[in-house]
Amino acid sequence: MAVLNEEQSMLRDAAKSWTQEKSPVTAFRKMRDSGVEIGYDAQAWNEMAEMGWAGVIIPEEYGGSAFGYLSIGLILEEMGRNLTASPLIASGVGAASALVLGGSDAQKSEWLPKIADGSVVGALAVDEGAHHAPEKVALAATKSGTGYSLSGAKSFVIEGLAANLLVVSARTSGTPGDKDGITLFLVPADAKGVSRKRLALADSRGAANITFDKVEVGADAVLGAVDKGWDVLEKTLDRVRAALAAEMLGAANQAFETTLDYLKVRVQFGQVIGSFQALQHRAAKMFTDLELARSAVEAALQAIDADSPDVPELVSLSKAKMGDVFHLVSNEMVQMHGGIGMTDAHDAGFYLKRARAAEAAFGSQSYHRDRYARINGY
Amino acid sequence: MADFGGGDPEAFRKEVREWVDANFPAELKGRPNPMMREERAKPSEAQEAWRKAVGAKGWGTPTWPSQYGGGGLGTAEARIIQQEFGRAGAYNPIGGMGVMMFGPTLLEYGTEDQKLEHIPPICRGDVQWCQGFSEPGAGSDLAALQTRAEDKGDHFLINGQKIWTSGAQYADWCFCLVRTDTSKKHEGISFVLFTMHQPGVEVRPIKLIAGSSPFCETFFTDVRADKKNLVGPLNGGWTIAKRLLQHERGGLSGAGGGGMGGRSLVDLAREYVGVDAQGRIADPDLRTRVVQHEIEGRSFQQTALRAMLESKGNSGPSAATSIMKNAGTSWMQLRHELTLEIMGHQGLGWEGDAFKPEELGAVRGWLGGKAFTIYGGSQEVQSNIISKRILGLPDLTQHN
Repeated sequence: MAVLNEEQSMLRDAAKSWTQEKSPVTAFRKMRDSGVEIGYDAQAWNEMAEMGWAGVIIPEEYGGSAFGYLSIGLILEEMGRNLTASPLIASGVGAASALVLGGSDAQKSEWLPKIADGSVVGALAVDEGAHHAPEKVALAATKSGTGYSLSGAKSFVIEGLAANLLVVSARTSGTPGDKDGITLFLVPADAKGVSRKRLALADSRGAANITFDKVEVGADAVLGAVDKGWDVLEKTLDRVRAALAAEMLGAANQAFETTLDYLKVRVQFGQVIGSFQALQHRAAKMFTDLELARSAVEAALQAIDADSPDVPELVSLSKAKMGDVFHLVSNEMVQMHGGIGMTDAHDAGFYLKRARAAEAAFGSQSYHRDRYARINGY
Repeated sequence: MADFGGGDPEAFRKEVREWVDANFPAELKGRPNPMMREERAKPSEAQEAWRKAVGAKGWGTPTWPSQYGGGGLGTAEARIIQQEFGRAGAYNPIGGMGVMMFGPTLLEYGTEDQKLEHIPPICRGDVQWCQGFSEPGAGSDLAALQTRAEDKGDHFLINGQKIWTSGAQYADWCFCLVRTDTSKKHEGISFVLFTMHQPGVEVRPIKLIAGSSPFCETFFTDVRADKKNLVGPLNGGWTIAKRLLQHERGGLSGAGGGGMGGRSLVDLAREYVGVDAQGRIADPDLRTRVVQHEIEGRSFQQTALRAMLESKGNSGPSAATSIMKNAGTSWMQLRHELTLEIMGHQGLGWEGDAFKPEELGAVRGWLGGKAFTIYGGSQEVQSNIISKRILGLPDLTQHN
């Protein structure tokens, strides 16, 4: 655990006790069983917003606390432990970061206070295919009067069904794959021509496919500069990836600890199975990997707070490493629990499903290894 | 922070830089430490001058207490000394097992007289130590050791055999685990010190697969250890041995921190494998594994840094060193494997001018590196320690 300041320790403690009391895994199970379409409990989200969590990276002048990314990572880690579902990453990190990094004063004034108090849920509509590829933007924005007309489709928009505000990457010039020619737009989710289809995902979290059919927006909907949206988009995505890695760190640690507890109580062959070396050494390997992953995740969040030039490589490092470790630990959680781990009544399946969804979101291990190498010139 | 005594780090850096410029012999620039090499037997005048100069300052052991010959400095100052030595191409001439393992352990467990006798010569580099731990029948199961020490009043008489004794052929003194009670296992072991320059000590270097002889078989026949050189209580040596092994493992896990030296795998791959039109390593399978290895190395470094920051205020290694040993040594071994693979046929030379020194070094390094996951507690022993001491998993209660 990184060395924390007083604010951060308080945030972490508050997140730990709130998630344990108000949002344990049983709450996630209840949410899933209830079939809530948005993929989270709106009442719980209101409570999080009241505690200021949605405004942790938002400047104070816009209603936030500006505690920074390591701080929101601490909250997300605790949420990850308990599989707490919420739009905190999509809205409080994704949409908020895009606005902070690229928004005009008017845009910030209009949206950031509402994101900070939770009354508006933002989401990033960036991907269009089966894999994360933010430069492969085909959704077209063409000049229309004084504004633009958006047509195309976005897939796997996290919290896309719940969102009131969409940050949409669109092509204003060039071809899919070009980083130049991408422009970001702020589009209210209820704008004419926007239609959303809920995605029922294995991890039961909220996501949607969204189509844009001649959606008319004004010139003031452009976030940042026309054709030059990539810079803000990439920085925003890095903040989301780092935040997601923090959630994954919490979930992976809880998956491991739950498994470890089971190894200490499950008796076979007349003794607890945790006394078998075949399992002990796999547990030791997971513990080692979790420690390395923690270092990578915290280093990426700290680099963002320090506005360090190596943010992109440290973020890719952390998402790749964390993805590998969560993958391993979630598989081992099921395997080491044996048959009980295969049952829906047990939590192991939740962690396994969340692991795969989180691995794929905003770049898989393969995506981030490739990106890490490119950033380093090979 | 207590470092710099409240003074200015840059002023201290300037002081070190000026001292190094004035004292480091130019002819030694870029040379490795001769301590564990053949040339230790006959050091040059310049090597001796440099050793004595650093030893007198206590800067070879900068954080050790000054009353025993250490530098009496903080970790930040130690880092500056290391950086300034590096800048000047100078090695730290004070090192070896005395510095890495025995000194820190004696500072913790030794009596005042023992510290005053044994620590200053380590700080000066006057005395080299070797570690009498492993035996033919006591490897991973170290506490099964059988070398006997008989109580002869004012001294112990030692008979037995040690193996894998690193640098025994160059050592002046030995810190040794001996059995002083045959009726108990762990509680029958004592930790004693004796000079290697006495009758009855026989050292036979062991030639390894890499062609060199870093380890020895060491035979003791009626060897004498004075009673004043018993460290800790009689039959209380196992606790001290465990602590010393923590220091050893801490020292052995220096992966990713530049401990390997040499060129990066990416540089090597560019030369031996080539790049595609986009500048990527031309073999995509190899590229993936190189990236994975780089990411693993970076996260290891980040963990070392995190552990250092977290332990500020505490001193000495923690149980976390067991994690670092496995992670670091696996990483280093894989680096050797990848280096060989990248070099292809050129990475298979044993000797001769068909191969560059770098290529020959890669082969020897690969073979020598196989020891990393065996010595200092094998990979499997480390995994046992993590699962039992850190994760709290129990021992087997019965065998089926």
